Amino acid sequence: MVKKILAYSYIYLILLLMYVPILVLIIFSFTNATYIGSWNGFSFELYAALFQSEEIMVAVGNTVIIAIISAVCATILGSLGAIGGFYMKRRGRAVLENINQIPVVNAEIVMALSLVVMFVFIGNMIFGGENLFSFWTLLVGHIVLSAPFVYLNVKPKLQQMDPSLYEAALDLGCGPRQALYRVVLPEIIPGIFSGFMLAITLSLDDFIITAFTRGSGLLSGANNIETISTLVQAKIKKGPIPPEMRPLTTIIFLIVLLVVIGISIYRNKGTSYKNVMRKRLRARRD
Amino acid sequence: MKFRFQRKYLCIPYFLFLILFVIIPIFFIVYYAFTDGNGAFSFDSLVEFFTTTNKINVLVQSLLFSTLNTIICLVIGYPIAYILANKKYNSNYVIVLLFVMPMWINFVLRTGATRDVLTWLGVNGGTSPYFATMLGLVYNYLPFVILPLYTTMLKLDKSQIEAAIDLGCNRVQVFTKSIIPQSIPGVIAAAQMVFMPTMSSYVIPETLSEGKIVLFGNSIYLGFANNQWNSSSFMAVIMLVIIGISMLITRNFTEKDTSEEDAAW
Repeated sequence: MVKKILAYSYIYLILLLMYVPILVLIIFSFTNATYIGSWNGFSFELYAALFQSEEIMVAVGNTVIIAIISAVCATILGSLGAIGGFYMKRRGRAVLENINQIPVVNAEIVMALSLVVMFVFIGNMIFGGENLFSFWTLLVGHIVLSAPFVYLNVKPKLQQMDPSLYEAALDLGCGPRQALYRVVLPEIIPGIFSGFMLAITLSLDDFIITAFTRGSGLLSGANNIETISTLVQAKIKKGPIPPEMRPLTTIIFLIVLLVVIGISIYRNKGTSYKNVMRKRLRARRD
Repeated sequence: MKFRFQRKYLCIPYFLFLILFVIIPIFFIVYYAFTDGNGAFSFDSLVEFFTTTNKINVLVQSLLFSTLNTIICLVIGYPIAYILANKKYNSNYVIVLLFVMPMWINFVLRTGATRDVLTWLGVNGGTSPYFATMLGLVYNYLPFVILPLYTTMLKLDKSQIEAAIDLGCNRVQVFTKSIIPQSIPGVIAAAQMVFMPTMSSYVIPETLSEGKIVLFGNSIYLGFANNQWNSSSFMAVIMLVIIGISMLITRNFTEKDTSEEDAAW
C-alpha cells in the first residue's frame, strides 16, 4: 500500500511538473496583463486579440494547410512504397528499407541542410542563380520528414495480413488492381490512418525543416511562409511570448485533449467489445 | 510490348522520391564539405573546424549536454515507465496518454512558456544558462523516453521475474538480474530518441540560454543563416559520422521490430 502511494505520488509529481509551463500560460490567457506573473483581473480580451491578429491567423492557416497537404502526399507515397516494397524480392526490399531508415535516424537539421544545399546548387547551376525556395521546397521537406514514418506504420499491417486473401481475390475474378484496392487496402487501412496522423503531428510541430526550406507563398504572399513554430520562434527570440499568443496555447491544448479523450474512449470501446466476445466464447465452450 | 502491372511497381514513386530528396542531398552535403567557395576540392572546412577552438568546444559541449540529458531522462523516465506498465499500480491508459500529450503541443510554444515561467521565478538564461537549458531539454525529451520504455516494459516476461523470486533473489537482485536486462532494448531505443536530437537541437538552447549556449544544431543554423554552406556542410558531415557510429554501437541491441511505432495511436 505504501509502495503504491509512493509510486502514485512520484507519477503525479512529474506529471504536474511537466504541465507547469503549459498550465501557467493557460491561466494567464484569461487576464490582459502584459507579463506572466501579474494578474489584471479576469478577461477574455486576449482571445479577441488572438483572433484579430492577422499575423497569428496567417501562421495558423499556413501550418494547417502545410500539415494536411504534406500528410496526404506522405501517406500516399509511403503507403504505396510499403505495399510495393512488401511484394519486392528480398534484395530490393532490403535496399528500400535501408534508405527509408536514413531520414528516421538522421538529425533533422542535417536533412534540412542537405535539402537546402541541393536547392541552392540546382538554383545556381541550372536555373542561373534563381531562388528556388517556395511552398514546393517546404512541401518536399515536410514529406521527407514524415513519409518514412508512414512506411513504418503500414509495413507491420502488411506482414500481419493473410497472404492468401489476395490470391483468393484473383481466383474469384479480380484483376490485380481491383484485388489491391478491395482486399489489401481494407486490411492495411489502420496502419495508413495511424501513419497519416503521425505525419500530421510531425508537420505541425516542425521548426527546423520549415525554417530552412521555406520560401514565399501561401497565405504569407510575397513574404517568407510563417508557420506557428517559426512565428513563435521569431517572437520569443526578442522577448517573452506575446500576450495574444497565450490563448493559442489554450486552444491547442483543448484540441489535443479532445483527441486524447477520443482515443481513450475508442480504446475502451475496443477492449470492452473484446471482453464481451471473450465471455461469449467461454460461455459457448462451457 | 504491353506494360504489365506488377504489385512491386507501386513503390517506384516512393523509391524515386527517396533517391531524389534523401540520397542525392547527402551527396551534396559531402560535396560542399570538401570544396571551397569556388567549387574546387579543398580541406579548408576540415582544417578550419579542427583548428578553431570555438568549434571544438561546441562539439564537446554538445556531446556533454546530450549525454547528460539522456541520462537524466532515463533516470526520471525509467521508474515512470515501470510503474505505468505494471498492472499492480496502473491499468489506466489515460495516464500514459497524459505523459505523451505534451509531445502534441507545439514545442516552440512550450519552450517559450518554460522560459517565461523560469524568468518569472527568477531563474533564466541571464543568471543560469546551463540549468535553464538542461531543464528545457529534459522537459522536451522526457515523453520520448517514456514511450519506448513503456512499450518494452509491457512485454516484460512476468514468469521470469517470478522464477527469480522463487529461486531466492531479493528485490534488488530481481531488478538488476531480470528487469534491467529485459528492458535493455527499450533503454537503447529511448536513448536514440534523445541523444542525437539533443545534439542537433536549436530552439531549446537558443531560447533558454538567451543565446549563451551554442550546441551543434545552433552552430549549423548560424552557418545556414550566414550562407556559409561549406563550413556548415562539414559540421553536418561530422553529425552524420556520429550518427553512423552510434548506429553501429546500438545495432546489436535493438530489436528488429518496428510494429511498436504505432503504440501511441
